[in-house]
Amino acid sequence: MNFTLVNCEARHPAAKPGDAAALRGVSLAVAPGEQVAIIGPSGAGKTTLLHVLACAIKPSLGELKFGEINPWAIARPALQRLRAHLFLAVQVPPLPPRQRVVTAVLAGCLPAQSLLQSVRSLFYPTQMELARAALARFDLEDKLFERVDHLSGGERQRVGLARGVVSNAQLFLVDEPLSALDPTRAAQAIHSLIEVAGERGATLIASLHQVDIALQNFPRVVGLRDGVVAFDLPAAQISPAMIQALYAHKLHELTEPIAAPSDAAPAQGLPAVMHCR
Amino acid sequence: MSANVHRVNTVTAPALRDPAWMKRVTIAAIALVLLWPTLVLTEFKPWELFSPGTLKPTLKFIGDFFPPKLDAVFLEMVLRETWRTVAIATAGIALALVAAIPLAIISTRVLSISALSGRMATLPAIVRQGARIVLILLRSVPELIWALVFVRVVGLGPTAGVLAIALTYSGMLGKVYGEILESGDAHATTSLLRNGASRLQAYFYGLQPQNAAELVSYTVYRWECAIRSSAVLGFVGAGGLGQQMDTSMKMFNGSEVSTMLIVFMLLVWLADAASAWLRRNLE
Repeated sequence: MNFTLVNCEARHPAAKPGDAAALRGVSLAVAPGEQVAIIGPSGAGKTTLLHVLACAIKPSLGELKFGEINPWAIARPALQRLRAHLFLAVQVPPLPPRQRVVTAVLAGCLPAQSLLQSVRSLFYPTQMELARAALARFDLEDKLFERVDHLSGGERQRVGLARGVVSNAQLFLVDEPLSALDPTRAAQAIHSLIEVAGERGATLIASLHQVDIALQNFPRVVGLRDGVVAFDLPAAQISPAMIQALYAHKLHELTEPIAAPSDAAPAQGLPAVMHCR
Repeated sequence: MSANVHRVNTVTAPALRDPAWMKRVTIAAIALVLLWPTLVLTEFKPWELFSPGTLKPTLKFIGDFFPPKLDAVFLEMVLRETWRTVAIATAGIALALVAAIPLAIISTRVLSISALSGRMATLPAIVRQGARIVLILLRSVPELIWALVFVRVVGLGPTAGVLAIALTYSGMLGKVYGEILESGDAHATTSLLRNGASRLQAYFYGLQPQNAAELVSYTVYRWECAIRSSAVLGFVGAGGLGQQMDTSMKMFNGSEVSTMLIVFMLLVWLADAASAWLRRNLE
């Protein structure tokens, strides 16, 4: 799925009324099947940008278009049908603790199912094979019938990604998919995501804290800083100096792993209070 | 020297006073002034309990309590009526759920698609508020009043009790279900809605599993309350143990009343234990 974002201004989903905009005049055009990584220090607006692209928040200024369709100009049922083609994987996986993994994964199929089908699948999972295959991509096959609250944080994050795999989305928007994973799992997860997107020709936009993973795996990398696009280039053209400039005053984020999502909270003088959730 | 200092202190320092004293006296006085008329109005004369005119029949009635009536025919009747009381409560709760669940789902703001991005649209907001008002209205009439009404409509018997419990409890359950659904973590539900699921799908895959334990626990607790209240409803003719107890009371049959009181206490204790056990085992 292709989209264009023109001169967009938007506020973080958790922003309070008085807070400044998290995105200020961001423009971005992505062709169908493209794979783009978004990097930048915490508080740069990565989460807000993904929420805008997922039609989860309405930009206060500027325009978003999927092909010729402006999602905020169409009727609400049509918007809800459009949302079925977008998949937003948020940083903290949105899984009810008492749900079984198989149900949590198959929740990705909901937009394609009728209510009756989805309720029936609640009593006896109708697409177990699909869920198992999706989990296998993230090395979690054996957890198929576990309960979500018996999983570790990293496992939950990968279950959240597996939910995206079973959906028939045309645009994957993945927010910090690797924040709770160790380096080996992180590499495996990002390869699986890229593979899935490639197989079905879907567009993949991922925000990443790991600059090296972004540069190695994504043909196109967007650098975001203080709610503004700092650069938007093929990965090969990005120099270490540009990365240094992007993370100026926040160089520790380049070297230190981000411990927990909540640690990425705001430093002084940022455009918006970011809770990174 | 030290004696001198001591004397100086006692002379010059003003006597210590508790600064809160006047306030306390005033509040106590106001409370008494407000309470007195209510005591007069309710003809509260506890000493009349002990006047010879009332003491004798009271003691005789209570004396009749011993021994409780324990013959097989009577016990069988009491057990049957006890079971009927439980059945009235259970059927009433089941009927209440039929109305409470849909109304609670309709009233839940978390399931709003328009509220995903900005304010809820006007029509859905009105519908949600409407469902809320219906629940509050259902809840605001006590089940005893409904039982009195239904005894007139459908006649003496358990049906009146079932309908009375169903109406009041649908309001109670629906309102609290709505509050539980809105107080829990909405993250799972909103992400499903954002990814294109319908409201009911988001309910079944996000909202309900998120809050299942609390919902079940509250339902079991209300079932226990319904058992107690269905026994009371019997007194206005809505069937069950209460109705038998009322008859025995009117006949001044103390031994029957005491048997039924014991059975009633056992029933309440059992319901209490069962609901505590169920809630504990909800993982």
